[in-house]
Amino acid sequence: MQFAKLVLRNALRHKLRTALTVLGLVVAIASFGLLQTVVGAWYAGAESAAPTRLVTRNAVSLVFPLPLGYRDKIRSVDGVRSVSYANWFAGIYQDPKNFFPQLAVEPRTYFDMYRDYLVPADDFAAFLRDRKGAVIGRKLADTHRLKVGDVMPLRGTIYPGTWEFTIRAIYDGAEQKTDTSQMFFHWDYLNETVKKRGRGRADQVGIYLVDVTDADRAAEVSQAIDALFRNSLAETLTETERAFQIGFVKQTEALVVAIRIVSYVVIAIILAVMANTMAMTARERLAEYATLKALGFSPAFVAALIFGESLAIAAVGAAAGIALTFPVGDWFAQRVGTLIPVFEVSAQTVALQALCALAVGVAAAIIPGRRAARVRIVEGLRAVG
Amino acid sequence: MHAAERPAPALIRIRNLAKSYRRGGQVVPVLTDITLDVRAGDFLGLMGPSGSGKSTLLNLIAGIDKPDAGEILFDGVDITRLGERELADWRAGTVGFVFQFYNLMPVLTAYENVELPLTLTRLSRRERRAHVEAALALVGLSERMAHYPAELSGGQQQRVAIARAIISDPRLIVADEPTGDLDRHSAAEVLALMDRLNTDLGKTIVMVTHDRRAAERAHAIMYLDKGELSTAADVHERSVR
Ligand SMILES: Nc1ncnc2c1ncn2[C@@H]1O[C@H](COP(=O)(O)OP(=O)(O)O)[C@@H](O)[C@H]1O
Ligand SMILES: [Mg+2]
Repeated sequence: MQFAKLVLRNALRHKLRTALTVLGLVVAIASFGLLQTVVGAWYAGAESAAPTRLVTRNAVSLVFPLPLGYRDKIRSVDGVRSVSYANWFAGIYQDPKNFFPQLAVEPRTYFDMYRDYLVPADDFAAFLRDRKGAVIGRKLADTHRLKVGDVMPLRGTIYPGTWEFTIRAIYDGAEQKTDTSQMFFHWDYLNETVKKRGRGRADQVGIYLVDVTDADRAAEVSQAIDALFRNSLAETLTETERAFQIGFVKQTEALVVAIRIVSYVVIAIILAVMANTMAMTARERLAEYATLKALGFSPAFVAALIFGESLAIAAVGAAAGIALTFPVGDWFAQRVGTLIPVFEVSAQTVALQALCALAVGVAAAIIPGRRAARVRIVEGLRAVG
Repeated sequence: MHAAERPAPALIRIRNLAKSYRRGGQVVPVLTDITLDVRAGDFLGLMGPSGSGKSTLLNLIAGIDKPDAGEILFDGVDITRLGERELADWRAGTVGFVFQFYNLMPVLTAYENVELPLTLTRLSRRERRAHVEAALALVGLSERMAHYPAELSGGQQQRVAIARAIISDPRLIVADEPTGDLDRHSAAEVLALMDRLNTDLGKTIVMVTHDRRAAERAHAIMYLDKGELSTAADVHERSVR
């Protein structure tokens, strides 16, 4: 009781100093949370990948396609439940900075595989009927204020020319972490147009998506698929969708590592600030700590006062910093739009923020706490005069 | 006096006490060979020039510093041999401190400051309240319980400190220049209080002072100079070289 009183009143003794320290903590903890969320968003695709899903691509490089004829051969492999396929379109909507993924897919098999893309049945039927139709995600629709019935022109890059699609459906995510920034349209429409325009190669598939019956057999099935096409013109590389996504992330890993390092640098800086505050505080109060010890209080009690104060400040800073992460995160998510498809402050990030604040609170108090606990009473008392 | 035949047993027996400080590789002796008895109920004044080691001696008696040599027997226990934890417990139960600059906790009210030593005991909140109120009444500050040190005059702060010093009913009160920072009037009040602690409550007091008037309150005065003690005219103690 007396202890808590001493801790709290001591913390409020230099209001400006405490306020500035708390402010620093709030900014640091919120920044840390945002940076961690950015890092998390990078891996969101890999994390949401189903363990039963495989991706088969050209073994040489992702930029080389595979023949459409592989579809039936893959389907015949033991352990394969279904096969779908997709081509990366890489079109530009209005402005190159409006980045979002566009995929030409075989719609029935594709949406059957991606059950977390929730499409209203009627709209989906309308999409199937319209060969120039498209399905877009909720986030993409919100970002560009698009609705069902709107025409969406894309300027092709891999597939040159202007392409016009009519939005027939908008899908929602089954979960918070589901990517709803994508656009899908008919692979057949892409293929027909390529044929008609006579440019590029027809009947070519970017990747095959393979659903296996049993996640435990994923490795075995992958090998079986690749064995099928060994020594052919287009050898395949099959891996889990998760591994495939991580492969993408790997290309930008240096950036992610840099962001992660910066997030901990921010914590290190606030630790230095906080440790300085606590050292200053403890130095000013040496006479009080010496007095407490003269009265019979233990060194541990004195140290606990400093740790308590440091932790109290850290707790307030952490609580406010974590609370701030959410609105700032929302604002940030709006600003970056579909560039970062899933921007969600995860429970893990919040736990990490709390942990960092705790570590800062403890670490900042170690040196001043030891010093105060060990101060010789007569030395401390002399500090008064 | 028949005390010569059967001397009252000393509460504090100090024998051949020595203490020096090391300053820049040089050893500066402060106390060389102090031998002194303080009987229960004594009010001893310690005088001497500045830097003569009065505070050093007082701190040793109060168990907040350790000597280089010699012993301090308090009621038969050599406190110089106690470990840090034991010594802290001993102080909490035995010694009341009055400092020149009061040394109150600025973030605690007068009431809470006086209560502080009692939080080391097993007393209930109720019992503590009764004790604290009595102690504050004794020093005449019942009306100031809720005030923080910064809201009190120096004399009032020192009276709060005195209430804190007696709250756990210690047998010994040590005071290091308790009036050194006070005006005449406040000093007189504080000294009157010290006198009452000695005469009414029977506390043994060792008080360091510069002040002649303060020293008059003491029943015995010892002078400390160049590391050695000498008696004044009207003292019961003897000094040994
Ligand atoms: N911690 C210390 N380190 C070095 N010298 C000290 C220390 N404490 C006291 N002294 C020295 O010891 C001498 C006695 O000090 P003190 O007991 O405070 O004297 P007084 O209380 O009589 O003025 C002084 O010369 C002082 O400078
Ligand atoms: Mg002194």
